[in-house]
Amino acid sequence: MTLNVLIFIVQQMMFFSIPLLIVALGGMFSERSGVVNIALEGIMIMGAFAGVMYIFITQNSDSSSISGQVLLIIALVIAAVTGIIIALPHGYASIHMKSNQVISGTAINMLAPAFAVYVARMIRTVQQIPFTNQFYIESVPLLGNIPFIGPFFFQKTYITTYLGFVVLIISWIVLYKTPFGLRLRSCGEHPQAADSVGINVYKMRYIGVMISGALAGLGGLVFVIPTATTFDATVAGYGFLALAVLIFGQWRPGRILIAAFFFGLMKTISVAYTSISFLNRLPIPSAVYKMIPYLATLIVLTFTSKNSMAPKASGEPYDKGSR
Amino acid sequence: MKIKRILSSSGGMNALSSLFAIILGLLAGFIILLVSNPSQAVAGFVTILTGGFSDMFNIGQVLYYSMPIIMTGLSVGFAGKTGLFNIGASGQFTFGMYAAVLAAVKCSFLPNPLRCAAAIIAGMLAGAIWGLIPGMLKALRNVHEVIACIMMNYIGMYLVNHLIRVTGIFDQLRNTTVRVPSGANMPSLGLNNFFSTKTAQGSIRPSSLGSGILIAIAACILLYIVLEKTKLGYELKSCGFNREAARYAGINENRGIMLSMAIAGGLSGLGGALVVLAGAGRGISVVDVLAGEGFQGIPVALLGLYNPIGILFSGILIAHLTQGGFLLQRLAFAPEIIDIIVAVIIYFSALALLFKNILSYIFRDKNESPQIEDDDEELEDDEASEADETNSLGSVEKEGELVLVESSLSENKTKDNNNETGGEPGDS
Repeated sequence: MTLNVLIFIVQQMMFFSIPLLIVALGGMFSERSGVVNIALEGIMIMGAFAGVMYIFITQNSDSSSISGQVLLIIALVIAAVTGIIIALPHGYASIHMKSNQVISGTAINMLAPAFAVYVARMIRTVQQIPFTNQFYIESVPLLGNIPFIGPFFFQKTYITTYLGFVVLIISWIVLYKTPFGLRLRSCGEHPQAADSVGINVYKMRYIGVMISGALAGLGGLVFVIPTATTFDATVAGYGFLALAVLIFGQWRPGRILIAAFFFGLMKTISVAYTSISFLNRLPIPSAVYKMIPYLATLIVLTFTSKNSMAPKASGEPYDKGSR
Repeated sequence: MKIKRILSSSGGMNALSSLFAIILGLLAGFIILLVSNPSQAVAGFVTILTGGFSDMFNIGQVLYYSMPIIMTGLSVGFAGKTGLFNIGASGQFTFGMYAAVLAAVKCSFLPNPLRCAAAIIAGMLAGAIWGLIPGMLKALRNVHEVIACIMMNYIGMYLVNHLIRVTGIFDQLRNTTVRVPSGANMPSLGLNNFFSTKTAQGSIRPSSLGSGILIAIAACILLYIVLEKTKLGYELKSCGFNREAARYAGINENRGIMLSMAIAGGLSGLGGALVVLAGAGRGISVVDVLAGEGFQGIPVALLGLYNPIGILFSGILIAHLTQGGFLLQRLAFAPEIIDIIVAVIIYFSALALLFKNILSYIFRDKNESPQIEDDDEELEDDEASEADETNSLGSVEKEGELVLVESSLSENKTKDNNNETGGEPGDS
């Protein structure tokens, strides 16, 4: 009984945590290279829009012989590429034009939902784009049958869950175990010093922004697939929440994972408390449950933000001439 | 020569680059219209440009829509002057709306004008509290204000939805708050009938405009004075320019952060109060969606260059485009095109450096460089005030030109006022 509740919570938690994890890791690459990417929300929307649009078109064409998982993988690639394309203008404004990085990010956040709604309405007259969920995995072959671990991690899932962990591991290796990662981090901490040893700061920052775009686009689709059956030009503020997870996670992959799981757990409780009998019996109004993720994040931040470990040069345009 | 000097001042430069951004944004909108439906594109574009002032009714609606976004724009802009990004205007706005409705409904013991005033003050206070919390967390616990504000947005939305039910001002049928008793509404001062059209049947169709817009304009002027002419404004701005330098000069930066966020919240809250007390029948919809006005304040503030007077005009400009987009639906275009246009405008206004480089190449002056002037402003007192005058004059004139076309009585009045207060020293 209680074990079933626990399994249910873990399964649900993944749907909320994984997109946050992926997008926050994307934000990490950008901020670690020295560019604040407040546009994560907008990039998520565009990525999800492009991916869902592709799924919608493929599913409605006659010769859709592609299996669900292949379709999803192609859609994920499309989402990531779209994310890169959308992130580039932000990179141009904040790297080459040395503009206020919040402004171009806000512009993208504003553009994305409007663009998605506009295109959807011009094509279908309504703004929702429906898709059939062919991607659900009831039980992973073999692994799903493992006692205890199987039900937790390999049943009622999507391939995107594992993608999230792959992204996490690759991110950690890239950031800490490769020369590229060291260079990227140095550009976010002290670009002048990086430049003095021959690192191309502009190039590094562009790469950081592009990785963040790819991951944010990916994360957008990863969020929409398990939690909805239509795309409504919104990702429910998850881009901003990913930003919170990033700060909460102190710009470090391991801590970001913990932060994403924490927030995902809170979100699961707030959404699924009616299915969890002992929570449902408590005399607490539903509004309180809905507030829990945000309230908890705020409280945790209150006690952990005093010693912030933000990249020092994050948000500051690099000017070769300055000292 | 004088024109050249104004243009090459940083204010004039900023205003010019804003103008460029607006033109580019409109151009992008036109291209999108062209791509989506070539036959209707020109008609659609004309609707966007002129729909907002096609008749008195539409002008009234533009001013009505501009009221809340001017207030949230001021909120974002005021915090921006202190170096804080107030993305929490949405929650502050919602809380202000709630407190205003609650006070208007519950304070039935007060005579009507006082009741309205109590509702307005309640809205402001509620917004101020909602802004003060992130401010305190930032100042005392170093919590990033962007994250705190985002969390406060969601908490505010869910809390208000809950409180509406608990405090008995929920209208189950319409799924909104109950109507504010008409006596507690702000007087319309005949503005709604002045800005109206005659329908085909000969009856008058009044716009939703009321005295709220006057309060919004007054708030712009007041904030301009606070920021440019008072010690408080100087302290807050210096916190924004250089926090360390401000601390070194003996300014309590923590107090500055908290005060700035509280005032910013109060402005958003006031905006919320003005909306629900406008007598246009708008309540708070009990849905789990963040109030859009709060987020619209961000482009308004950015386009207005964080300057209160600039925000007044950029708010009207964006409301004008929004009304144009509303009318655009008659031509079977989606109104979201307006958000796309505004987003492009914002993006290109971020590329100010590009324009500035082009402009300063054209209006070259051997002993003036706009970037350096910005920094000097806060350091040298005498020069600063003089530079400020020229700046504001430049921006007022340019911004004024932009919206002069859609001039209405009240707008012209404010413009004149500002030229009087802000312009004279610069002219000499």
